[in-house]
Amino acid sequence: MDLTTIWFLLVAVLFTGYFILEGFDFGVGMLLPVLGRDDRQRRVLINTIGPVWDGNEVWLITAGGAMFAAFPEWYATLFSGFYLPLLLILLALIARGVAFEYRHKRPEASWKRRWDAAIFVGSLVPAILWGVAFANILRGVPLDADHEYVGGLLDLLHPYALLGGLTTTALFLTHGAVFLALKTTGDIRERAGALAVRLGAGTAVVAVAFLAWTLTIRASAAAVVLAAGAALALLAGLAAARVRREGWAFTGTAVAIALAVATLFAALFPTVLPSTLDPAGTLTATNAASTPYTLKIMTWVAVVFTPIVLAYQGWTYWVFRKRIGVANIPQH
Amino acid sequence: MQSWGFQVDALDVARWQFGVTTVYHFLFVPLTIGLSVLVAILQTLWHRTGNERYLKLTKFYGKLFLINFAMGVVTGIVQEFQFGMNWSDYSRFVGDIFGAPLAIEALVAFFLESTFIGLWIFGWDRLPRRLHLASIWAAAIGTNLSAYFILAANSFMQNPVGFRINPDSGRAELTDFVAVLTNKVALITFPHTLAGSFLVAGSLVLTVGLWHVMRNRDSADTGAYRFATKFGAWVVMVSTAAVLITGDIQGKIMTQVQPMKMAAAEGLYTTESPASFSVLTIGSLDGSRELFAIKIPHLLSYLGTGDPNGTVHGINDLQAQYASQYGPGSYTPIIPVTYWSFRMMIGFGLAAAAIALLVLWSQRKGRTPTSRWLLRAGLVLPVLPLLANSFGWIFTEMGRQPWIVFGEMLTRNGVSRSVSLAEVLTSFTAFTLIYATLAVIEFKLLVRYARAGVPELDPSPAHDDDTDDAERPLAFAY
Repeated sequence: MDLTTIWFLLVAVLFTGYFILEGFDFGVGMLLPVLGRDDRQRRVLINTIGPVWDGNEVWLITAGGAMFAAFPEWYATLFSGFYLPLLLILLALIARGVAFEYRHKRPEASWKRRWDAAIFVGSLVPAILWGVAFANILRGVPLDADHEYVGGLLDLLHPYALLGGLTTTALFLTHGAVFLALKTTGDIRERAGALAVRLGAGTAVVAVAFLAWTLTIRASAAAVVLAAGAALALLAGLAAARVRREGWAFTGTAVAIALAVATLFAALFPTVLPSTLDPAGTLTATNAASTPYTLKIMTWVAVVFTPIVLAYQGWTYWVFRKRIGVANIPQH
Repeated sequence: MQSWGFQVDALDVARWQFGVTTVYHFLFVPLTIGLSVLVAILQTLWHRTGNERYLKLTKFYGKLFLINFAMGVVTGIVQEFQFGMNWSDYSRFVGDIFGAPLAIEALVAFFLESTFIGLWIFGWDRLPRRLHLASIWAAAIGTNLSAYFILAANSFMQNPVGFRINPDSGRAELTDFVAVLTNKVALITFPHTLAGSFLVAGSLVLTVGLWHVMRNRDSADTGAYRFATKFGAWVVMVSTAAVLITGDIQGKIMTQVQPMKMAAAEGLYTTESPASFSVLTIGSLDGSRELFAIKIPHLLSYLGTGDPNGTVHGINDLQAQYASQYGPGSYTPIIPVTYWSFRMMIGFGLAAAAIALLVLWSQRKGRTPTSRWLLRAGLVLPVLPLLANSFGWIFTEMGRQPWIVFGEMLTRNGVSRSVSLAEVLTSFTAFTLIYATLAVIEFKLLVRYARAGVPELDPSPAHDDDTDDAERPLAFAY
């Protein structure tokens, strides 16, 4: 396997990890007004992801950095082309991250309400826009022969992309509800479990429709298999959620997200950003890549450090494995 | 947009956005770098001595650290995305070299920092004491490591090394990664930046401690605040020494690699040997007339070259040299900006050290300071090194202009061609508004928690009581 393929896979793995991990963070944020009936309940929800959300977000920073280092053309074209969606994602992530840290720093209800709104909007906006962005990557965007984006904002908002946005939102909502059922006790656990089942049916329909549409745009044998796997994993996860096997339900939605992201990357390969105008504008894993020397160094760094990162991040989840409920929330 | 009487284009706004977002980000970074280590030291003191005073200070300054840390994290993501969004042609040109330290920074440093900070915040009752202490150290190491990689990336822009220009693509390609990581500019900028960061963190520790010492003289925690005040003051003194030494070396290196920047720092138009250092000069912008000047003979020669009679090249000669080397055009940065930012960096830094020295003097042999003027000076103290840091970066980046990568790419050639003026104006406005709002909120919270003082310690030790684990409140919760 050549280095560009390895780095295509690594970028795919980083985004997969990001969507699995921050997927449930976004889900928890979007469910805050739904499942959190009072301040203590909302604090339970937030504290299920309290120790981990920041580490989860580093997957995005690493994915962005890996894209920049391994495929500078892809990074440059994508980030300048998807300008306004990325701006909105950045603003959302700023508001949301600060909100987690600051919401409990003052006792006033109005203060908390504002930060709760920031958490909700800051989770909803990226959940939608990541789907819109990845649908556009797959479908292709108007690029000229110099690989410059020549479309406008409206070129990014076609029905397929909007379905992509709906799909990520629905998946993250279900994933978040399943995660909360796994991590909480009492009333919240019950309601999260029930909500996961109700959300799941709609999510399955939307996700299957999106993956099927994806395969009509571009497909490979691997993509078809992965898409089928994603649908099966989601259904298995929902079946487990119905009988309240929460660990299996979470495994199901996590694997479904992983395989759905893998479907997109598999359908895309070896292209990284297709041009809908001039075929010469299409970016591939080859023409967007850095030099073999850079890729070789980066590969060594990734080989050494990725297992270490996975080990200590996994250990964090072990340390904070206990469920929490309203009884665990301190008075102050 | 001609209506203002001058032309604003996407390039100008992209540059302003980079300036504003970077200076803003770097208001939080120095505190994160410095305070992470200082809090880790306080917790280590508690671990070693068992003295609860240090535990209280750990929790107290830890809280201030976290209020600041959140801002550093969220404004940092903007920095990584901004290269691609506003500077896509720059990203294409240097991606082969510049992307690697950014990716390594995320993988090696940010994961370490953010994972272990989570463990530290929430782990007070979940981790054994030693492991909990190790968590804050791991986070502090991650933070300081991240500074190295990002400064190595920036140093490539200051002094490009370890690369070649591919004649077919016209792009810079990495040939020697070790050379990029051991760039002499990076090796000296790293300790200089760290020292500047500890100057900020030490100042904050001092200020908050001093305020409590002077406000509540007979409180049970006065001893803790006295310790914090002295601890902060010593950090400031040592950091100032480190800033001066590293700054001196950096000045000599910069005189070699970017003589124009150092000439612009001095407003030195004509080559001089020996050259005198201008403490303050007011004159015409083109250097043709000096209206008023205070100068120290030979000092500039010594600072730039290490030899009191060394030759320091002037702006006019360098401009002529670059024009013949790179083609016609201006290669001179905006002199008032470089001249004044250089002086403000040094002046604000030295003012901070002077105040710290006064505070130390006021507490000699166990005395309690009483001067209202000292308290006032103490309260503005943390702002001074923050300004010094900001002006240091403004000097470094503005002094490199018109280059984005010195000698290789002009800033105007690095901007995104596909991004319209309206788009970049939207983003500049949005960031400025959200940043301004958050700055007010953050500052008020810092003041609120700084005034609240050290916490009362929970009398029941977490681990050896009979309470059912499922019912026990978390040691910390958002």
